[in-house]
Amino acid sequence: MSEPAGVAIEHVSFGYGATRVLDGVSLDIRKGEFFAFLGPSGSGKTTLLRLVAGFGTPDSGRILIGGRDATRQPPWARNVGLVFQNYALWPHMTVAENVAFGLQRRRVPRAERDRRVRAALDLVGLAQLMDRRPAQLSGGQQQRVAIARTLAIEPEVLLLDEPLSNLDAGLRAGVRAELVELQRRLGLTTILVTHDQEEANAAADRMAVLNDGKVLQVGRPSELYDRPASRFVAGFLGTANLIEGRVDGGAFQAGGARLPLPPGVAAGPAVLALRPQALRLLREGDATLPARVLRAEFLGGHVRYTLEAGEALTLVAEEPHLRGLDPLPPGAPVGVAIDASQATLLRA
Amino acid sequence: MSTTALPAAAGRPWRARLRFDASPVQVAAALLVLAFLLAFLLVPVGRVFLAAFTDGSGSLTLVHFGDFFRTSLFRESFLNSLYVAGMSVVVASILAVPLAIIVSRFRFPGAALVSTLGVLPLVMPPFVGAVAMQLVFGRNGSLNLLLMDWFDVRLDLMDGLNGVVFVQALHYFPFILMNLSASLSNIDTAMEEAGQNLGARGFTLMRTIVLPLALPGYLAGASLVFVKVFDDLATPLLLNVTNMLAPQAYLRVTSVGLGDPMGYVIGVILVVVSILAMGGAALLLRGRDYSMQQRGGGGLGRREMSAGQRALAWGFVVPTLLLVLAPHIGIALLSLATVWSFSPLPDGYTLAHFSTVLRETPQFLTNTLLYCGLAGLIDVVLGVTIAWLVLRTRLPGRRLLDMLAMSALAVPGLVLGIGILRSYFGVQLPDGTALATSWIMLTIVYAVRRLPYALRAATAALQQVHRSLEEAAENMGAGKVTTLTHIVIPLMAGGLAAAFVTSFATAAVELSATLVLATRDVDAPLSYGIYVFMQSPAGRGAGAALGVIAVLTVAICTFAANRLAERERRRRTRQEGTAP
Repeated sequence: MSEPAGVAIEHVSFGYGATRVLDGVSLDIRKGEFFAFLGPSGSGKTTLLRLVAGFGTPDSGRILIGGRDATRQPPWARNVGLVFQNYALWPHMTVAENVAFGLQRRRVPRAERDRRVRAALDLVGLAQLMDRRPAQLSGGQQQRVAIARTLAIEPEVLLLDEPLSNLDAGLRAGVRAELVELQRRLGLTTILVTHDQEEANAAADRMAVLNDGKVLQVGRPSELYDRPASRFVAGFLGTANLIEGRVDGGAFQAGGARLPLPPGVAAGPAVLALRPQALRLLREGDATLPARVLRAEFLGGHVRYTLEAGEALTLVAEEPHLRGLDPLPPGAPVGVAIDASQATLLRA
Repeated sequence: MSTTALPAAAGRPWRARLRFDASPVQVAAALLVLAFLLAFLLVPVGRVFLAAFTDGSGSLTLVHFGDFFRTSLFRESFLNSLYVAGMSVVVASILAVPLAIIVSRFRFPGAALVSTLGVLPLVMPPFVGAVAMQLVFGRNGSLNLLLMDWFDVRLDLMDGLNGVVFVQALHYFPFILMNLSASLSNIDTAMEEAGQNLGARGFTLMRTIVLPLALPGYLAGASLVFVKVFDDLATPLLLNVTNMLAPQAYLRVTSVGLGDPMGYVIGVILVVVSILAMGGAALLLRGRDYSMQQRGGGGLGRREMSAGQRALAWGFVVPTLLLVLAPHIGIALLSLATVWSFSPLPDGYTLAHFSTVLRETPQFLTNTLLYCGLAGLIDVVLGVTIAWLVLRTRLPGRRLLDMLAMSALAVPGLVLGIGILRSYFGVQLPDGTALATSWIMLTIVYAVRRLPYALRAATAALQQVHRSLEEAAENMGAGKVTTLTHIVIPLMAGGLAAAFVTSFATAAVELSATLVLATRDVDAPLSYGIYVFMQSPAGRGAGAALGVIAVLTVAICTFAANRLAERERRRRTRQEGTAP
C-alpha cells in the first residue's frame, strides 16, 4: 500500500491562451492533512486541483507529490485519486466493475482485487449494491461509489472536487461528517475544492482562499475567520462589516465615530473589519456609538439588525434571540458597543 | 399543489379516477388523426398481410410462404437481400468508423471537410448516384478505362450485388458517421479523465471506456443502414439487379398483377425483417442509453495529433472524399455531356439537357413542388396535433396514436405502395381515375412515410416550450386559442419549419412508393422522371439534368433545415443562459 504523501505546489502559473487562470500559486499541503481550496467560481481552485491530478501542465512552476516532481507526469502515472464533481461513474459498468477498474490497471491479482473492491465498498457501506448499475443508485450512493473507486487504488492523495454540490441540502452535513471521519480513520492526505465556506470550515484542518488565480491567505479556518488578511477574505468568510476610514491619533475614525486602537498602529487610511457578533446592542445607557435601527431580520436563533450610525455608516449587528425579547422596530435608537479586541484593521 | 390533490384523488371511487378526461376538441382532433392513419397506413399494410396469409377463399393459410421458400429464385433473392444489407453495413462502417474517431477524438484540421463528407452523400438520392457511379466505377467507367490504359487491369466494383453494396454503403455511411460521432462527442470528459486518474490510457482507455459508451450510437446507425438497404427498391432496379426481395415484389405486382400473392408475401418479409433488425438493435441497446446519465462536463477532450497520425488521417480522408464526390461529379458531367461513352470524360459539353427537361417535361418539377409541399404541410399539421395530444392532454390512448404514427418507420415505401394499390384500386375519383394511382394518393403516401420525422421534430419543439410560458399567458388573460397562436406556435416555428423542409426534401427523392403508384408521366414527380429517363441511353443526359436539379433541391433544403435547427438551438441556449 502506498503511503499518504504531502503535496507541494511551487510558483504554479497556468492559463488558456491569453487568460490567466492561476498566477504564481504556492502551497504546502502536509502529509495526512485535510486541506481545502476555497474560492468563488472562476477563482482557479478546480484548475489547481486538476493540475495536481495531472490534467494539464503548469506554464511555470512545479508540483511535488511525496517529494517527487510530478509536474510532467501524465494522470495515469500519478497515484492520486480524484473524485469528480459529477462522480463520473461509468454507466456501462456495475458498481463492482467501476471500483475494480483501477486495480485491473495496476494488474492486481484476481483474489486480491475482489477483496479490495469489497473492502472499499464496505468502507462506504455499499457492499450490498455491488452488482447494480450507477443509474440504479441515488445521488448519495453514487457519490460513495465514486469515493470507493478512488480509495480502492489506495492513492497517495485524495482529491475531492466539490463533492457535496450535487447532493440535496439535507444530505450534505451528514455526508460531510462521514467524509471527515473516513479521512481521519485512513489518515489520507485530502484536498477538497469548494466554494462553500461552511463546508471548508467544518471539514478542513487548513485551507487556502483563492481569488482571481491567486492564493490570498492560508491557515486554519478559525484563523482565517478571526484574522482575515484582506477585505476579500473577510467578506468571503461570513458576514463582515467593512468600514472605510482612517487611523488617526491612536484611534480608528469613520463617519464621525471613533474606535480606540492599541498603541503602535501607524496613521493613514484603513478598513476596519468587524464581525456582526462583535457589535453589542445596548437598549439604554451610554455606548461607544449611538445608532438607529434601519431594518431587523428575524432569523430564528438570532436577529440581524442593519443599523445606521453617525453620518453615513451602515453596520450589521447580530443579537442572539431569546423568548420574550421582541426585535427592535425600525427607527428605534440603540447604542452600539464595539469590542475592539474583535476588530481587524486592514490597510485600505 | 399535488400533495393536496393526491389524497383527494385516492379517496375518489375508481370510476371517477378512470373518468374520460378530454374535451370534445381533443377527441375530434384525435379521431381525425386516427382516421387518416387507419385509412392510409393501417388498412393498406393490413391488406398486404391479409393477402399474404389468406388463400383465394379468404381462409387463413401459410401456403404462400411455403411457396415462397420452395421457389429457388425467392430463396436466392432473400439471401441476396440479407447479404447486400449486411455487407453495406460492413463497408459503410469501414468508411464511417475511422472518420468518426478522427473528428471526435482528435484536433484534426480537416474536421470541417469530414462534416461536409457526412452530408454530401445524403443529398444524392441513391438511384441517381447509382447511374453516376456506373459511369465512374462501372465496367466501362472512367476509372476502369484509365486502369486498362495504364495497368491493363479492371475492377469489377459495380457488377451485380457488389455494385448495389458499393452504391448503398457510399450513400448511407453518413448515418453511422453521424450517430457514432454524436455519441462519441457526448461522452462526458470526466468519464475519460476518471479512467486516466485510475491508471488507464491509450488503447486500454479506448477499449474499456470510450468504445463501450459509444456503442449505442454505432448500433443505432448500423441498424438504420441495414433496414434502409434491405427495403430499397430503386437502387437495385437501376443497377439491373432483380434477384433481390424488393425488386422481386415490384416485378410480381407490376407484371403478374395485383392478384398474385408473392408480392404480398415479400412485403410481409420486408416489414418483419425491418422490425426484427430495429427491435434487435433496441434490445441490444436496452438500458444502455447513457446520454442522460452523464451530467455536466463538456464533450470528450480532443487530442493533438502527431505528424504521423495527421498524415494517416489525411491519407484516409482525402480518398474517401474523392470516393464520395465521384457520383456528384459523375452526374454533373453527365448532365452537361454531349456524348459520354467508352471514354474517361465526356466528348463535349452542352446545356441542352437542362433546357430539354425544363421545356418538355416541366411537370416533373412542378408536380414535385406541389406534392411534396402539400405532404410537408400535412406532416406539420399532423405532427403538431399528435405532439399536442401526447404532451398537453390527458386523452386516453394518446400514446397509442404516437406509436401508430411512428410505426410508419417500419413500413418500406414499396410495401405501403402495394398496400395502397390493393386497398384503393377499385375506388374511382369523380373524373373516373383510380384513387390509388392519382396524384392525391401519391401526396398522402409521401405524408405518411415522412410523418415520423415531422412528429419527432414537433414533439421536440413542443417539449421545449415550457408549460409555464403558456400558463403565464393564461394568467395574463389569454384564452386557449390566443395562447396557442401567440405563444406556442411562434415558439415552435423554427422547429416546425425545419420539419417541413426535411419532409419536403426527403419526399422529393422518394422513389420506391412512387414507382408503384405513378402511372402517367403528366402526374409523375421528379424522382419518377429521373427513373424513366435513366432507362434509355438516350435519356441519360436529361435524367442526369433532373438528377442535378434534385440534388440541388435536397442540398438547399438540407442546408436550410440545418440553419433553422441551429438558430433554434442558439435561441434555446440563450433562454437557458438567462434563467437562474
